[in-house]
Amino acid sequence: MNLDDYRGVWVFIEQNAGKIEGVSLELLGAGRELADKLQVPLGGFLLGNEIKQLANQVIAYGADEVYMIDNPILKHYRTESYMKGVMLLAQKYMPEIILYGATPNGKDLASAVATDLNTGLTADTTMLDVDVDNRLLEASRPAFGGNIMATILCKKHRPQMATVRPKVMKALDPDSGRVGKVIEEKITLQEEDMRTKVLKIVNDVTKKANLADAHVIVCGGKGMGDIQGFQLIHELAETIGASVGGTRDVVEAGWLPHEQQVGQTGETVTPKIYFAIGISGAIQHVVGMKNSELIIAINKDPNAPIFDVATYGIVGDALEIVPKLIAQFKSQKVEQGGELSYA
Amino acid sequence: MHIVVCVKQVPDTKIIKINPKTNTLDRRSAPAILNPYDAHAVQEAVKIKKKTGGTVSVLSMGPPQATAVIKKSIEIGADQGFLITDRAFAGADTLATSYALSKALERISKEEPVDMVICGKHAIDGDTGQVGPGIARRLDVPPVTNVIEVTEVNEQEKTVVIKRKLTNGYELIQSQMPCLLTVEKEINDIEYSPMPNMIKAARYDPIIWAVSDLEDVDRSQLGLKGSPTIVGKMFTPPRPEGGKKLEGSADEQVNQLIEILLEKKDLFTLQSSK
Ligand SMILES: Cc1cc2nc3c(=O)[nH]c(=O)nc-3n(C[C@H](O)[C@H](O)[C@H](O)COP(=O)(O)OP(=O)(O)OC[C@H]3O[C@@H](n4cnc5c(N)ncnc54)[C@H](O)[C@@H]3O)c2cc1C
Ligand SMILES: Nc1ncnc2c1ncn2[C@@H]1O[C@H](COP(=O)(O)O)[C@@H](O)[C@H]1O
Repeated sequence: MNLDDYRGVWVFIEQNAGKIEGVSLELLGAGRELADKLQVPLGGFLLGNEIKQLANQVIAYGADEVYMIDNPILKHYRTESYMKGVMLLAQKYMPEIILYGATPNGKDLASAVATDLNTGLTADTTMLDVDVDNRLLEASRPAFGGNIMATILCKKHRPQMATVRPKVMKALDPDSGRVGKVIEEKITLQEEDMRTKVLKIVNDVTKKANLADAHVIVCGGKGMGDIQGFQLIHELAETIGASVGGTRDVVEAGWLPHEQQVGQTGETVTPKIYFAIGISGAIQHVVGMKNSELIIAINKDPNAPIFDVATYGIVGDALEIVPKLIAQFKSQKVEQGGELSYA
Repeated sequence: MHIVVCVKQVPDTKIIKINPKTNTLDRRSAPAILNPYDAHAVQEAVKIKKKTGGTVSVLSMGPPQATAVIKKSIEIGADQGFLITDRAFAGADTLATSYALSKALERISKEEPVDMVICGKHAIDGDTGQVGPGIARRLDVPPVTNVIEVTEVNEQEKTVVIKRKLTNGYELIQSQMPCLLTVEKEINDIEYSPMPNMIKAARYDPIIWAVSDLEDVDRSQLGLKGSPTIVGKMFTPPRPEGGKKLEGSADEQVNQLIEILLEKKDLFTLQSSK
């Protein structure tokens, strides 16, 4: 393998029913930066059925090139058909880096492609950089249950591949004036060759965004007093469009279902903003939220350990502070803040 | 019906300690357990076997002590277990791991053809979830990842219907067998092991293979040599601008906080409507 034959940074553009996933747009932002450092074009590759109209959006979000396979067999994601398509593109155009969103489909696809390309794949990356002199992707990820970060390198194989967690990279503001090239390829798969069939897809839109993927989380602890007091947590979350979490003690008290527990025996979360309200900050809780980008703690005990991990702390009675916060946010006329949405 | 479940011995990451000076794992601090997802994988295989009959085998790659997770799997209800252990396997990343396991699976299926392979969604130490789909590619069987329910197994037609978890909801997939599944925890509850299983497990000696027991192995694809990825460096994640307590009355503190958040619009897409 001659490493110098490989050039360019690529992003897998995951679409479901004709809508591009947020993480793919975020990766175009991250990929743009890597491509600029390496002085190569940024490509987005897009597979599906009747998806041609999406190419402009991929370019607007930062791509120079869009590689596209549009075929009825790609209507729904299936490992078998999608990986064939990606193999065709990757072997023909030989990018040096390929990024995928760490979604169920993105991870599934990347794992299969890495095996067939006989190359390295870093899972669930949360930081990306590039060593320009050696053209090496530096993909960092939490290791050992999130206790530490490890930078993974792939020195002798190309392409270098990584899956990247949703909501850790930043999408660029779309620029509809950007110009780019669209390259179409064809695959010749027949439905008879396929060993899997998608019988039906059920979207559960009523459910609030997965805690693990939430952008803003309001998490409450026993300090809210009782289930009535905990309503303030729901109210604040509602006001700013955030997801609600709780400590184990809160879940054990029956104020919240277990799926919403944050911590060692619950979810590990990495939102942009984490409100810890009436939470002491026991280590079992902290391991599940300490990598949040901005942590705001409200606790009446100035010595509560939560203040050691908080970016900003308010010492005071949550039952007094939270209603004030809600009122303030409301007067700012906050709109859906919790979940980033892309036009 | 022959189901093979891939099981891994992992350090219990809940209790793990990292040496802050060397950034390495303090192994004494971490007891070795059966990867929790793999326990659910074994349980699911046992559940399927209750309906279809057949054999549940488990396969692990690891050091000799990894026989412990095979015995644990026998407790849950597996019939037999294989451990592949050899210096040559050491240091494997996911690519080299799926290669070694697929070679062992080829040998297992010579003895009794395999209809289904089940893996955990991921191993809690590596946390990648890449080994399952990797094995599927190497055996050229369809992978179905993130499985939350095996809805139907049709032995005559050699098909299965599976519920697969998606970011927002789920999909129902029909796959031909043989196939490979990776399972989520919610697929089942681990049942209490009946006494005969416990006794069988205590007495059970797993079948142990070295590289030389496997056929057509390209040694350059094993272990550290066969691993394209390496760990460059380890570091503790940088803390965001650390602990600042706000001051003043409750109202003043709230106002300060709102101001800070409004400044961080890029973090928090607060939109003051004009
Ligand atoms: C093996 C194991 C696993 C665990 N896993 C988890 C886990 O996954 N997640 C988890 O959260 N915990 C977990 N725990 C429990 C953990 O150790 C703590 O007990 C728990 O996090 C404490 O919850 P809390 O902060 O809500 O309650 P408390 O510790 O009771 O803290 C309440 C806090 O609220 C403050 N307070 C009280 N009234 C007010 C008020 N009016 N205004 C403002 N502040 C107020 C108090 O000063 C106090 O700091 C685990 C424990 C063990 C042993
Ligand atoms: N050394 C191993 N031995 C047996 N099975 C493994 C091994 N490593 C990974 N697996 C299987 O692959 C799954 C995913 O592991 P990983 O890709 O490492 O997260 C695990 O849940 C196991 O089912």
